[in-house]
Amino acid sequence: MLHMTTIEGPRLVDVGRTAPEEALVGGEPVFRVRDLAVAYSGALALRDVELDIHPNSVTAFIGPSGCGKSTFIRCFNRMNDLIPNATVRGDVLYHGQDLYGSDVDPVEVRRRIGMVFQKPNPFPKSIFDNVAFGPRVLGTTDGLAERVQKALEDAALWDEVKDRLKESALGLSGGQQQRLCIARALAVEPDVILMDEPASALDPISTTRIEDLMHELKREYTIVIVTHNMQQAARVADMTAFFSVDVGEDGRRTGILVEYDRTSKIFTTPGDQRTEDYVTGRFG
Amino acid sequence: MTARRVRGGVFQAALLLSLAVGFVTLAALLVDVLGDGIGYVDRTLFTQAPSIDPSQAGARPAILATIYLGGLLLLFAVPIGLGTAIYLEEYANRERWYNRLLELNIQNLAAVPSIIWGILGLAFLVRGLGLGRVLLAGALILTLLVLPTVIIAAREAIRAVPDSIRQGAYALGATKWQVVSRQVLPAAIPGIATGSILALSRALGETAPLIMIGAVTYIAFDPTILGPFTALPIQIYQWVRLPQAEFKLLAAAAIIVLLAILLTMNAFAIWLRNRYRRTW
Repeated sequence: MLHMTTIEGPRLVDVGRTAPEEALVGGEPVFRVRDLAVAYSGALALRDVELDIHPNSVTAFIGPSGCGKSTFIRCFNRMNDLIPNATVRGDVLYHGQDLYGSDVDPVEVRRRIGMVFQKPNPFPKSIFDNVAFGPRVLGTTDGLAERVQKALEDAALWDEVKDRLKESALGLSGGQQQRLCIARALAVEPDVILMDEPASALDPISTTRIEDLMHELKREYTIVIVTHNMQQAARVADMTAFFSVDVGEDGRRTGILVEYDRTSKIFTTPGDQRTEDYVTGRFG
Repeated sequence: MTARRVRGGVFQAALLLSLAVGFVTLAALLVDVLGDGIGYVDRTLFTQAPSIDPSQAGARPAILATIYLGGLLLLFAVPIGLGTAIYLEEYANRERWYNRLLELNIQNLAAVPSIIWGILGLAFLVRGLGLGRVLLAGALILTLLVLPTVIIAAREAIRAVPDSIRQGAYALGATKWQVVSRQVLPAAIPGIATGSILALSRALGETAPLIMIGAVTYIAFDPTILGPFTALPIQIYQWVRLPQAEFKLLAAAAIIVLLAILLTMNAFAIWLRNRYRRTW
């Protein structure tokens, strides 16, 4: 394990104290994050993160802008690898295996851990080809039509698009495009779905549909969502992690994990004053 | 109040005038050339070789050579230019000094005068490699001439593909090559094609580098890739220089053919751009 030797001072979060109650923990955690820090060109964006992500649940990351929640979610599928000069230190264990181990292929990681982005990003191709892209690049094209149909059904989009699968995905509405992106992620049959503010660019009705979908999907998948909408976290998440920005003496701003607990506890009886200030709207 | 309006009007008039300079010149040129040469755009022009008798002279070898040059240019310049553009946009780490140097060099190469390319071709291709004064050498030197333009156009097109598309593909477990070949390139192809065609049509009008490497002005037989050659601009140049008035009209006819080829290519490029215009 690599330790961040540059970090000084006491740990800001006592992870042991705020660990989730056992009742909610359904078996082995999918992810165990230990002592995680992310830096861009040497500047720390996030540090000292420790938490477990539990299977078949929705885990939400909330916090003000710049708190590192989007940076953090990108550690789970190694999307930070794509940013030049981004370095990740610490451990992200996926079913016990270190995702950042030297023998781990990030392409393989992303096959298991899907991602939906803030802005719907359908490929400039037909609806069918969008969903089929994943299976095609993975070479799992047996029964492709059925796979595509199932993914679209699971993403609650099939009925709206079944008669126009050959049409461009760019012709869909924003909400439909985002559900298409969810279907696209489902088509590779991942284990985990990461969602980085998936509804922030959508209207309220589309947002509700995405939230309903999360409730459905967590039966089969583990879902991690970043949101800056606290009501959304309260509605969809089983567990919530609150991140904040720590301003050091030298003015450097670094994201830290303040508190991680069951959503109901975070929103009703948070253990940290900073969490309480945030969820009650006194800050951020 | 009126002063401001007058100023606005003056400015608009100035803009119109600048437009008119280019447009009227081109129109005048076209009208003049058409008036002189249209009568000579006939079967003889396309089927006969140059001759000392204007009534029997044609530009068949030059027209064929220009078509060959265009085909070879496409074959050489587009794959090399595209490969360079993909490397620079998708693979090169800009932190590395040699990649920055490469970029700077390509920008500079685009500004090198065509006559300099001709000298390079003469020294390096014709003499150094011993290729001789052949059509292939001409095609290669035109390739070098247009490469920077093709690279720059292809890079623009690749850069216009939003990063969210790459991220979406990576997130589905695609490898770098799959992201590039299945998402980035298909989305960039219209822009790449448009830029390449425009660069190509520019190259086909070039005369200086071809004269420099020794394209001959009088060819009585069909060109071959490894044989001596001429090209339409050179044929035009040669006819204009001859004393008989009929040759000047023949030159005008050849200009019409050359313009028709280039304008057709440009029109195709514009059509491609409009056809595949995409808003993300």
